[in-house]
Amino acid sequence: MLRLYSKIFKTGVLTEKVPKPPSPGIGVAEREEAIEQVGRALKGIVDKRFRGSLAIRQVDAGSCNGCELEIHALNNVYYDVERFGVHFVASPRHADVLLVTGPVSRHMEAALKRTYEATPDPKWVIAVGDCGACGGEFGVSYASCGAVSNVIPVDLAIPGCPPSPLALLQGLLSLCGRQ
Amino acid sequence: MSVDSLTSLRLKLAAQDIDNVSSVHRFLSPAMVLQLDARDWGKAAEITKSEHWRWAGIWAEDRGAELVVNACLEHQGSYLILRTLLTPERAILPSQAPHYWAADRPERHIRDLFGIHFEGHPDPRRWIRHQAWDENVFPLRKHFAAAGTPPGETPPDRDYPFLKAEGASVYEIPVGPVHAGIIEPGHFRFQAVGETVLHLEERLGYVHKGIEKLAEGRDPAGLARLAGRVSGDTTVGHTWAACMAMERAAGIEIPLRAAYLRGLLAERERVINHLWDLGALCNDVGFAFGHYQFGRLREQWLRENQLHFGHRLLMDRIVPGGVAVDLGPDAAGTMGRSIAALRGELDELLTILDSNSSLEDRFLGAGVLSTELAAALGALGFVGRSSGQTFDVRRDAPYAPYDRLTFNVPTESQGDVASRFWVRYKELRVGLRLLEALLEGLPEGMVAVPWQIPPEGAEGFAAVEGWRGEILCYVRFGAGNAIARYWPRDPSIVNWPALEKLVLGNIVPDFPVCNKSVNGSYSGHDL
Repeated sequence: MLRLYSKIFKTGVLTEKVPKPPSPGIGVAEREEAIEQVGRALKGIVDKRFRGSLAIRQVDAGSCNGCELEIHALNNVYYDVERFGVHFVASPRHADVLLVTGPVSRHMEAALKRTYEATPDPKWVIAVGDCGACGGEFGVSYASCGAVSNVIPVDLAIPGCPPSPLALLQGLLSLCGRQ
Repeated sequence: MSVDSLTSLRLKLAAQDIDNVSSVHRFLSPAMVLQLDARDWGKAAEITKSEHWRWAGIWAEDRGAELVVNACLEHQGSYLILRTLLTPERAILPSQAPHYWAADRPERHIRDLFGIHFEGHPDPRRWIRHQAWDENVFPLRKHFAAAGTPPGETPPDRDYPFLKAEGASVYEIPVGPVHAGIIEPGHFRFQAVGETVLHLEERLGYVHKGIEKLAEGRDPAGLARLAGRVSGDTTVGHTWAACMAMERAAGIEIPLRAAYLRGLLAERERVINHLWDLGALCNDVGFAFGHYQFGRLREQWLRENQLHFGHRLLMDRIVPGGVAVDLGPDAAGTMGRSIAALRGELDELLTILDSNSSLEDRFLGAGVLSTELAAALGALGFVGRSSGQTFDVRRDAPYAPYDRLTFNVPTESQGDVASRFWVRYKELRVGLRLLEALLEGLPEGMVAVPWQIPPEGAEGFAAVEGWRGEILCYVRFGAGNAIARYWPRDPSIVNWPALEKLVLGNIVPDFPVCNKSVNGSYSGHDL
C-alpha cells in the first residue's frame, strides 16, 4: 500500500491546461478565445444552467469503436473532463447531452430513437466523428442510415476519424458556450 | 504447409470415399486449397477434426453461375482452404457446425447474407440479420444493390427467440443494446438464480454496417481505408491483413523497410490496447489506481503515435504496397527512450498490483475458460493463450518482419480473468522487446512500391496476428483493379462464444470484468 501511495505522489498531477485550438474547424466564434477562458465560461454555464453538472450519455449507434476510444480518453488524467463539471452517465434519463457515434446502423436505428426519446428536454445531440457527421467511410446503405442527423436532430457535429480528445473537448465547450 | 500433412489428409479423405478432390491449388499461398464435392462438405470437417485441424472461418462468394464456399482450417501453422461450388438454385451444404463449435455463428452469418442453407446445423435461428432487410433477400448476392430497397424505419429486433429458463427463483436480465458505459452496442440475456449466472446468451449484429458489401467495387486504397475501420482498435491489424491479401493477389512484394514499419505499427497497437485493457480490468473491479496509471501510460503512447506517425490510433498508415509514413532519423532514439521508460513503469506497477489482495480476490478464479473448452472453441489470441492454446501467427505461420525475429509467446493455463490479465501484461513486455528489435534492425530503403493492377479473378489470402489474435483476410479482384470480394475475420468472431461459457457459475456483478477480460470487438464481429 505504501508503494501505491508513493507511486501516486510520484506521478503527481498531469491534468493539462487546455491549449488554444490549433486551427479553425469547430465552427463557433468562441474558438478564437483561449479555451481556458471558454472552460471557465463553460464551468459558469454548467454551474448556472445545470446546477454544476452537465451529464453526457454516450451512444454508439454503429461506430467501429475508434471514437469510443477517444471519448474514453477524455476521462484520463490528462484531459479530466470532469473538472468542468462534465461527466458521463449510464442512462439517457440522467443526460443533458447525447454524444452519438457511428454511421447509424439500421439495426441501431430504433434503439437510438428510443434513447433520444428517453432523454429529458431540454437536450442536445452531438454527432461525433466523420461517420456521425456525414456517414464517413460507410455512408448510407442497406445496413447503414449514415449521418446521425438522418435519424435524430443534431445540434453539433465534431468531425475527425476519430476526433482527438482535444477536438472533442473543444466541441463540447463550443456547444455549451452557445447562447 | 508440409506436403506430408496434406498427403496424409488426402489419404484420410480418400479412405472415407471422398475421392473427388481436385488438385491442390497454390494461388492462395501460403494456404493450400482442396476442392470437394458439396455432398462431402460435412464429412470432410469430421475428418479434419479427427486430424486436429482447427476450424478458423468460412466465407462464400457469388460468382454469378455458381456460389463458391470456402472453409479455412489451420494445423501447426499450415492453412488449408476447403472449397466447394454450389448453384444458386440449389444452395444447400452439409453443416460443419456439428463437428466444429466455431462454425455455428459464421454459418448462420452466411445463411443470412447469401441464403445458403446448412443442412444439419444445430441452430436454425437467424444471426446477423435483424430487421434491416427481408428474410428472403440476401445482401451478399451480386444482384442485391448495396443501397438496398427504400427501407423506411427499421423496426427493432424484438422477437428473437432466446433460450428460456424457467423455475422457482430463476429470473432473466436483458442488457443492451445500449449499455451503461462508453462501449459498443450488443445484447446480453442472462438467466440467473440469486446472483449466480445460470445461462448467458449473446445477441450481436447491432453494428452490422454491410462492410463486406461496401467493399465490392472499391479500389485497393479504398479497401485499405475500409479495412482500417472493421474494428477501430485493430486498425493496423485489419489494414495489414487486407493489404497483405491484396499484395499477394497482385504479386507485389513490399520493401523490407515497409514490413518493419508495419511491425512497429502493429506492436504499438498491441501495447496501447493491452495498456488500455489492463486499466479497464482494474476499473471493472473498482481499482481506480490501476485504471488511471495504465490510462496515463496509454495516453503517452497515443501522443507518441501522433508525433511519429501522424495519427493517435494509427489509422491509414498502412497502404497497398507498403506504408504511408516513414520515420525520421531521431525517431528510433525517442521511441527507444519511451520503451525503456514504459518498461520501468510496468516493473513498478507490477510490484504494486501483485501485492494487492483485493485485486487478486476479484481476478483469481473468475470467468474460467478451461483448456479443453478453449481448444474445442478454437479460442484465439490472449483468450486462447490464457487457456493453454499456444498459437500465435507471428511465430507459427510467420511473415515479414516476424520471420526474422525470435520472441516467446506467453501462455497460461488457468484460463481465469487473472490469467488473461497476466498474459496481456507479459505480451506487453514481449511487445516492447519486439519494438526494440524492429527499431534496431530497421533496414534502409523505400517504404512502398507502386501498385500493379492484378488480373481479373486474382485471389489473395492473409493471416496476421492482431493484438486480439489471428486476423484472416481473403480478397478477390474483379476487372479493372476493383474488389469483387473482401472477407475479414476478426478473432472476436471465434472468441465471443467463449464469453457465454466462461461466465457460467459466476455472479452477475462479475460479468463486466469477465467481458472485459475477453474484450471482443462488436464492430469486427458484426461487419
